[in-house]
Amino acid sequence: MDLAPGLEFEREVFLLETQLAELEKQTDRTPEAEETIRRLRGEVNDALRALYSNLDPWQTVQVARHKNRPYTRDYLNLAFDEFVELHGDKHFGDDRALLSGFAKIDRFKVMIVGHHKGRTYKERAASHFGCAHPEGYRKVMSKMRLAEKYKLPLICLIDTPGAYPGIGAEERGQAQVIAESMFKMSRLQTPVICVVIGEGGSGGALGIGVGDRVAVLEHAYYSVISPEGCAGILWKSHQYAPKAAAALRFTSRDLRGLGVVDDVLPEPLGGAHRDHRQMAACLKSYLTRTLTQLEAKPIDELVDERYEKFRRIGQFIEEPVAPAAAS
Amino acid sequence: MATVDNPSSSASSNLDAVNGSSSAAENGAENGSATSPKKRGVPEGLWIKCPGCSASVYRKEVERRANVCPKCEHHFYVSARERIAQVLDEGTFEPMDEHLRPTDPLEFADRKRYSERLLSEQRRTGLTDAAITGTGMIRARRVAFAVTDSAFIMGSMGSVVGERLTRLIEWATRENMPLIIISGSGGGARMHEGILSLMQMAKVSAALARYDQAGGLFISVLTNPTMGGVAASFASLGDLVFAEPKALIGFAGPRTIKATIGIELPEGFQTSEFLLEHGYIDRIVTRKNLKSEIARAIDYCGK
Ligand SMILES: [Zn+2]
Repeated sequence: MDLAPGLEFEREVFLLETQLAELEKQTDRTPEAEETIRRLRGEVNDALRALYSNLDPWQTVQVARHKNRPYTRDYLNLAFDEFVELHGDKHFGDDRALLSGFAKIDRFKVMIVGHHKGRTYKERAASHFGCAHPEGYRKVMSKMRLAEKYKLPLICLIDTPGAYPGIGAEERGQAQVIAESMFKMSRLQTPVICVVIGEGGSGGALGIGVGDRVAVLEHAYYSVISPEGCAGILWKSHQYAPKAAAALRFTSRDLRGLGVVDDVLPEPLGGAHRDHRQMAACLKSYLTRTLTQLEAKPIDELVDERYEKFRRIGQFIEEPVAPAAAS
Repeated sequence: MATVDNPSSSASSNLDAVNGSSSAAENGAENGSATSPKKRGVPEGLWIKCPGCSASVYRKEVERRANVCPKCEHHFYVSARERIAQVLDEGTFEPMDEHLRPTDPLEFADRKRYSERLLSEQRRTGLTDAAITGTGMIRARRVAFAVTDSAFIMGSMGSVVGERLTRLIEWATRENMPLIIISGSGGGARMHEGILSLMQMAKVSAALARYDQAGGLFISVLTNPTMGGVAASFASLGDLVFAEPKALIGFAGPRTIKATIGIELPEGFQTSEFLLEHGYIDRIVTRKNLKSEIARAIDYCGK
């Protein structure tokens, strides 16, 4: 297992896990050692269950950003049988924050697009930590068009702090490409499944987020703004990020309650970062199940339902229309 | 002499967003406070200092010229109501969906409750939310018309703005009517309604995609400021995109960008002129000509 310190609220579990790993390394163990291992395993599981069944919103953000959390490339390795990367935005350059290509999953041939934060420092720097530029959105829009043309279902894996804020990004039309991508996805004539696997950061996430099904992993989050950004604006200090995180109501449970996501995918005990294989297996079974459902529907019906799904989102009061009364 | 800054330009210089769709309502937060000046067009006082050229100009003269500085053509803020009067033929506007009222789905509270903020914004601006929608005539052509008011929580889009625009677009689709949306929003997607605001971007964009498929003509007019989630959705999706001169338009707020990259931003960055130069705007149109330019475009498109 990949042990990772770093989450302050997991400190005790981490100490237990380290102890456990030490014992498990020994080759000839005494019966007492075996007993201790059993006991520690039980304690770790109990502690994780207690923590993870009740993560607060700020803790959820920490888990969603965990450096060992599985990224798009991990899922490509573990949940898909093949990935043929397609670069080429045919316009400016190759954005490493958004990947796209053909992939096989179970009996399905699909087009996949996804944000990729990167594991190594080099990868992370190249992808701006998963913050895409306009060329990234142009690239994935061109792959969406291919998917439509050749009747490949589209799978979008969302994991970004947000679209990149920079001079080049503005010069090359960041606002324009995000708008255009939503516009096109809303009418794309092929099934579309979107899954928020980590961070669903605002417009940068929604730019590949318009689908027939929108799912979110249990400890992922999906928000109009980062908690730090919201705290900076409304509380005038980034230190209020935990407060902002709670106010924004962006955990999987909230998203489900607000009618924004269709499905929540359960994570392994202690979060996806503790067991990539199990998480990938869960994602794979969700995707194949959903692809089977969606392929059974006539495409016109699917696109109409996609429209209605987003059409319904929002909450407001509809007052009875009365003769004009001064207020 | 009153030296109040143009509200919209002071708003734009205060943008402090972390990410695009919420290059957000820093001023929205302030707007709620009782001490903030009344945001109605040109600042109070007989003489005002123009933020464009620093000259002292006679307020009546500015107002007579549709809130444009007579010396430098600086375009001051105009309210949604004034905009309707400027662009639509007199007495032709019929509002739609006024009975939709914002609510507080997240029970959001920062230093102030959102429910209270809504009430104080409504009292201060006389609007129920940041967008007015309806139908009216432009030089005797009937159009579907919407305008956002950058004074109402920074012109940000929450559920009511999203719903009003979507209903208007669906109506325009059914009636085969040209659609004009004049945007002014420093706030982008409204934080106080969280993810529901973000999703309005998708909802309105999807409605525009259907409208487009049905052959509808959409003219998007960008005014100072048009940022974040508004820029990254309907405002950028016009068949024709016009912008008033020197408006601040972009995805991420200038402060966010500066904080991210750590260097000074180039002169004129994220202005209408900058966007024109980079290919994202069809025409820069002065306020004086806006009505006739829209009418002419409708004629060319045979609508
Ligand atoms: Zn001036």
